[in-house]
Amino acid sequence: MALINTTHGQVEESTLARTTGFEDRPNEFVVWVEWKLGDELVRRDAHVILKQGSVVADALVGGF
Amino acid sequence: MANTQAMCTSFKGELLSGGHQFGAITLVSRTSLTAPTKDSFKAALYLVSATYNAATTAYNATGEVSGSGYSAGGVAVTNATDPSTSGTTAIWTPSASIVYTTVTLATAFDAVLIYNSTQSNKAVSVHTFGSQTVTAGTFTLTMPANDATNALIRLA
Repeated sequence: MALINTTHGQVEESTLARTTGFEDRPNEFVVWVEWKLGDELVRRDAHVILKQGSVVADALVGGF
Repeated sequence: MANTQAMCTSFKGELLSGGHQFGAITLVSRTSLTAPTKDSFKAALYLVSATYNAATTAYNATGEVSGSGYSAGGVAVTNATDPSTSGTTAIWTPSASIVYTTVTLATAFDAVLIYNSTQSNKAVSVHTFGSQTVTAGTFTLTMPANDATNALIRLA
């Protein structure tokens, strides 16, 4: 028995259909979880796991 | 022996910690000149339709996500680990995941702006990811390893 928050408030998770997916992208790995009540999406979580910072600044010095 | 033109690695690390001041920038007081406090940083999410990039100078609510459970300006970034150097690269990464709890963000978003909420919301960096939506749930940004190859902020 586990209640989770949804668009309908707290709902017993076992009454919902749960789907998990993932995407492997160059800079991040994404895991998403969706819960549906019939055809209605009542909750969606997304977890973005950054593989590396997308910003790199090169520090340069000038010559003479 | 030979001299080698380079930017000193220690200097790069000290830049991230505010150790040098070439210009007379206006700052919000860090309490003490000799033992200043850390600034606070926040993370705001932006819609796919927004335009945030290297030209961004400060946090702006234009194009920011909105929805149940999300407060304009985003959430605090946990900064328990000071900047450091690895090899010849200065690095910094938030010390915990950035988490938006119990939010509904129905319009697709694909970027987070890290900004300095102590210093007039000045921009630090923009990071993009595959577009997402969240419904009555949690959005988590898990940080990369804090090393010279992967850290969120790297001065190489």
